[in-house]
Amino acid sequence: MSINPKTLPRPTPETRHFWEGARRGELLLQQCESCAKVYFPPRPFCPECASRNVRVIRASGRAILYSYVINHRLPKWIDAPYAIAVVELEEGPRMMTNIVDTPQTPEALVLDMPLEVVFEPVTADISLPKFRPARGGAR
Amino acid sequence: MKPGSVAIVGAAESTQLGLVPQLSQIQLHADAALNALADCGLTPKDIDGLACAAEWPTELAHYLGITPTWVDGTMVGGCSFWLHVRHASAAIAAGLCSTVLITHGESGRSWVGTQATSINQSSLAGQFELPYGVLGAPTMFTVPVLRYMKEYGLTHEQLANVAVVQRQWAARNPRASQRDPITVEDVLNSRIIAWPFHILECCLVTDGGGALVLTSAERAADFPTRPVYVLGTGESVETPMISQMQDFTSSRAFRVSGAKAFAEAGLRHADVDHLMLYDAFAHLPIYGLEDLGFVGKGEAGAFIWEGHTAPGGKLPVNTNGGGLSYMHSGMYGMYALQESVRQLRGTAPAQVPGAEISVCHGVGGMFGASGTVVLGNQRP
Repeated sequence: MSINPKTLPRPTPETRHFWEGARRGELLLQQCESCAKVYFPPRPFCPECASRNVRVIRASGRAILYSYVINHRLPKWIDAPYAIAVVELEEGPRMMTNIVDTPQTPEALVLDMPLEVVFEPVTADISLPKFRPARGGAR
Repeated sequence: MKPGSVAIVGAAESTQLGLVPQLSQIQLHADAALNALADCGLTPKDIDGLACAAEWPTELAHYLGITPTWVDGTMVGGCSFWLHVRHASAAIAAGLCSTVLITHGESGRSWVGTQATSINQSSLAGQFELPYGVLGAPTMFTVPVLRYMKEYGLTHEQLANVAVVQRQWAARNPRASQRDPITVEDVLNSRIIAWPFHILECCLVTDGGGALVLTSAERAADFPTRPVYVLGTGESVETPMISQMQDFTSSRAFRVSGAKAFAEAGLRHADVDHLMLYDAFAHLPIYGLEDLGFVGKGEAGAFIWEGHTAPGGKLPVNTNGGGLSYMHSGMYGMYALQESVRQLRGTAPAQVPGAEISVCHGVGGMFGASGTVVLGNQRP
């Protein structure tokens, strides 16, 4: 799927580690050292207990398909309907993504199917985490 | 706040709804404001409190010639007006002002005097949702629904039926944009926008405006209109990111806002004669009915299918036709409030006989925010 530069992420000081990890092929989450909550999206404090004592952890990359829509109202830079999906990571947090290496149809995209992360380089700095049907290849 | 201490005494929509390219966005606010002021026999000079969204209160105060002692520019999307009603009621009760004007205007279809807004690429939504091809509300607001369908067995036909029932109400409203009857088959055969959603399950895109005038219940008796009392209100927000909504089958903001409004009003669900549930998409009345506690979890699709929310049903919902068939300028909430007021004044085109209590509930953003107002035409 080609990408419009106006939809590229612009990292901030609080999210830069995530995008640097993605460029290396690592899906990074954060975990609170005080209450053990694992969370996403990134911020330098725990959204559960407000502790600033948090660390970056590497996710397994395993997830399930949680929900999605298939967008048929296409922008001019995209040529076929595509799924906008939310996956639930093995560690608990959910994230929006696209599902790749599979037809973008209700028949192929079945809720709760196992998925694994892949990284799609879109610029020198940005690689987007996407998910494909699991082949046992995630970390 | 004591239930019924503030009343809506003026209410009106813009002179025209639908396609109104001859008016800019601010003039749609002003047109509706002048209509609402005329409705209750006031002029801008009588207004000392002003609330609006999508335009700054500064713009409106200057444009209309108002010198406010209280303003509210709360902007949390299409339910901002419920929050304005809530804040205005508290301000009037606290003596910060005596007569509040709340305005809405939006050139949602013609884009006259307005500007497109885009997601900030460095916000969390900009970094973690925008890159995946989200393109406005139809590709975001709809995302949780498949999970709901799997968890609770809601069928495509039941989802489509929400639009069918609202069209039945719209057919009774001369000002509704879409009035021709439709069937479940028509909905399921209409163009796919974001599967599982078809175009008839998505809101209209139109131009229009609306305005309300609020004052204390004591003063309300002096106005020519039948007062509509504010009995209870609620508000909340959850997240600007649909992917981060806590529960894909239920809105936390709906639950918090709804529970607060019912508690303030001291009413039970059985007391409610009429219900408005902001419907930007067909699933919203389903979430609304359940999150406000009118039906149990997973029961709303069948409840609507059985005709309980339709004309002649025991709980009339979205009696103007809603955002799906009446109008939807982008921030539809004002029109839901207008319909509640009309029902309680006894002047609605599809009047619910003897309606005394109306619950009006809204959403802002994509399940991002919520407001609830319980209204009544008898002072408690």
